[in-house]
Amino acid sequence: MKFIDEFRDAGLARKLAHRIAAISTKQARLMEFCGGHTVAIMKNGIRQLLPPTVQMLSGPGCPVCVTSNPDIDKVLALARLPNVIITTFGDMLKVPGSYSSLQRARAEGNDIRIVYSTQDALQIARENPGKSVVFVGIGFETTAPTIAAAVMQADTEKIKNFYVICLLKLTPPAMKALLDLGEVKLDGIICPGHVSAIIGTHPYQAYARDYGVACVVAGFEPVDILQAVEMLVRQIEAGNATVEIAYTRGVRDEGNVRALEMMHGVFDVQSATWRGIGTIPSSGYRLKQKYSRFDAEKAFIIDPGPVKEHQGCCCGEILRGVKTPQECKLFAKVCVPENPVGPCMVSAEGSCSAYYQYGDFHER
Amino acid sequence: MNDRILLAHGSGSKLSHDLLEKILVPPISNPLLARMDDAAVFELAGKLAFTTDSYVVNPIFFPGGDIGRLAVCGTVNDLSMSGAEPLYISLALIIEEGLEIAELLRIIQSVKDTCEEAGVQVITGDTKVVNRGKADKLFINTAGIGSIHRGLDISGSNARVGDKIILSGGIGEHGIAVMSQREGLQFSVPVQSDCAPLNKLVADMLRASKKINCLRDPTRGGLAATLSEFARQSDVGIIIEEEKIPLHDGVRGACELLGLDPLYIANEGKLVAVVSPDDADRVLKAMKRNKYAGAAAVIGEVTAGHRGRVVMKTKIGASRIVDMPTGEILPRIC
Repeated sequence: MKFIDEFRDAGLARKLAHRIAAISTKQARLMEFCGGHTVAIMKNGIRQLLPPTVQMLSGPGCPVCVTSNPDIDKVLALARLPNVIITTFGDMLKVPGSYSSLQRARAEGNDIRIVYSTQDALQIARENPGKSVVFVGIGFETTAPTIAAAVMQADTEKIKNFYVICLLKLTPPAMKALLDLGEVKLDGIICPGHVSAIIGTHPYQAYARDYGVACVVAGFEPVDILQAVEMLVRQIEAGNATVEIAYTRGVRDEGNVRALEMMHGVFDVQSATWRGIGTIPSSGYRLKQKYSRFDAEKAFIIDPGPVKEHQGCCCGEILRGVKTPQECKLFAKVCVPENPVGPCMVSAEGSCSAYYQYGDFHER
Repeated sequence: MNDRILLAHGSGSKLSHDLLEKILVPPISNPLLARMDDAAVFELAGKLAFTTDSYVVNPIFFPGGDIGRLAVCGTVNDLSMSGAEPLYISLALIIEEGLEIAELLRIIQSVKDTCEEAGVQVITGDTKVVNRGKADKLFINTAGIGSIHRGLDISGSNARVGDKIILSGGIGEHGIAVMSQREGLQFSVPVQSDCAPLNKLVADMLRASKKINCLRDPTRGGLAATLSEFARQSDVGIIIEEEKIPLHDGVRGACELLGLDPLYIANEGKLVAVVSPDDADRVLKAMKRNKYAGAAAVIGEVTAGHRGRVVMKTKIGASRIVDMPTGEILPRIC
């Protein structure tokens, strides 16, 4: 398959791995921010090809995982309101809130539908004029433009029964928060591929300049990731942290200007609560005043009830890269995909799920 | 006759009899069914296999098949995977009020064609009609009986260290075909369901070798579930190579796009065989001659290490666990 096979070439991957081993002398602690990268790394067994000097940590880049319990409780409370249809991407269905999940709420008779795009949610709104259709707006800068587009379209078409519960989160402030926390000393970051396709590379400049952390934007195939690791190791060996792109077929320095314009036109930046990290200033989006009639939190009176956190779950530490999934006492024992304790085991892009599903069998 | 199924069609009235005598029975009739008694009565001797399965696929027509073909193939294949020769099946329909009779006719025709292809007979059946909204157009249950040749012992717990794993063809075609039809997803390389009766393929294989230890059709849960079941039941390790697993371009593209792993996607016309190493070539050759297994390949083997687990060598030369699927992957595909 064109544009995929080249980036899965076994010979090329091995050559890159040899090159990394040959040039790596200093300890290199690298974090892949993005859950998509975590899955690709585990699924292809990339860590097995790296020399002992290169250590890979998984970051908080799974939108489902970083959504806090109170936010999930809000969505569940919305789902229980009469005449409300909840539309959501499939991976939210199983995530436990304080006391329930959308999957369970659906079994209890609430109208919860999986959609593949915000356009599907708009269509459901058009087809059900007597009901309120709420889209669960979870995601990073990759999903934000599609939600912005849907809101603009609903505005143009004067669709009166479409709402968004805006739980969108922004990547660069979270990276900065991790670096500021200083719990994990990072030498390099594998910057997210799809997020960077939207926001470009300028937001990362400060990490290289102020924190001395090497930054390389990577694609999602094995060769992409190994190439990014090689570039990071070169920077670390040279003691010169900069921002580079390994994913040149997808990412430009300036990002996607059109998408950014749409996002800036529809959303205002606000603080957001991240599971495991806490409240980070300027790390979330809310709908601008102009579009506030589409804001589900304003249109409905929501009573999510008291919040309960899950005991013994290390999702927070895992999201910050302080612990690996195997270091959690519950991992693969109490906490398994069919009975997940925390969201990192639920979401397809969650670190625990990726380690469990695709882990090196020696580590289980 | 009305052009839609009414509740009255299930009431035991004249309308019910008309439905049976004019629509449902004629296409699939045979001497045992035509008696229309409460039970089919027949004689069979020897070792038998008996199985049942229900079909609730949505939509009822999908590229490469329909719920009728699926209901026959599913039961025929379950019998075949225990080494049985399928003989008779039952056919029970739960119809939602309002189903178009033309659609029902197409389904029954498809049942007939698939039964003929597989060489099995429907010898008993049942029809119920439920209120609109209480079923989704049509649900089908089939049960089947088959006879097993003496001396044959095929089971998921029979895999032995050194055995070869043979897969009959590309994976994930049924799941992707149903999903793309249901969700209105259109891919540039269209995918057809692989839904097919595999009893003749199994017969070809058993003629080639008696050293076939396990057979299973990787339906829900896909190849990953079937191999994990073998590893657990037989308490052995299984190692497969990603590179050797046949995959249709359309399935691959759809999986890339939707973030799905083809190892976990349902098949309805594929089988996995665990075969003694000295007979693997003969079995593979016999399979490749059958129209449903032209792309058959040896994809791995049974090992003494990592008991109870399936490990896959990835294309770039690393290895990873292939675990049982968990939870809902795709809703209602069979």
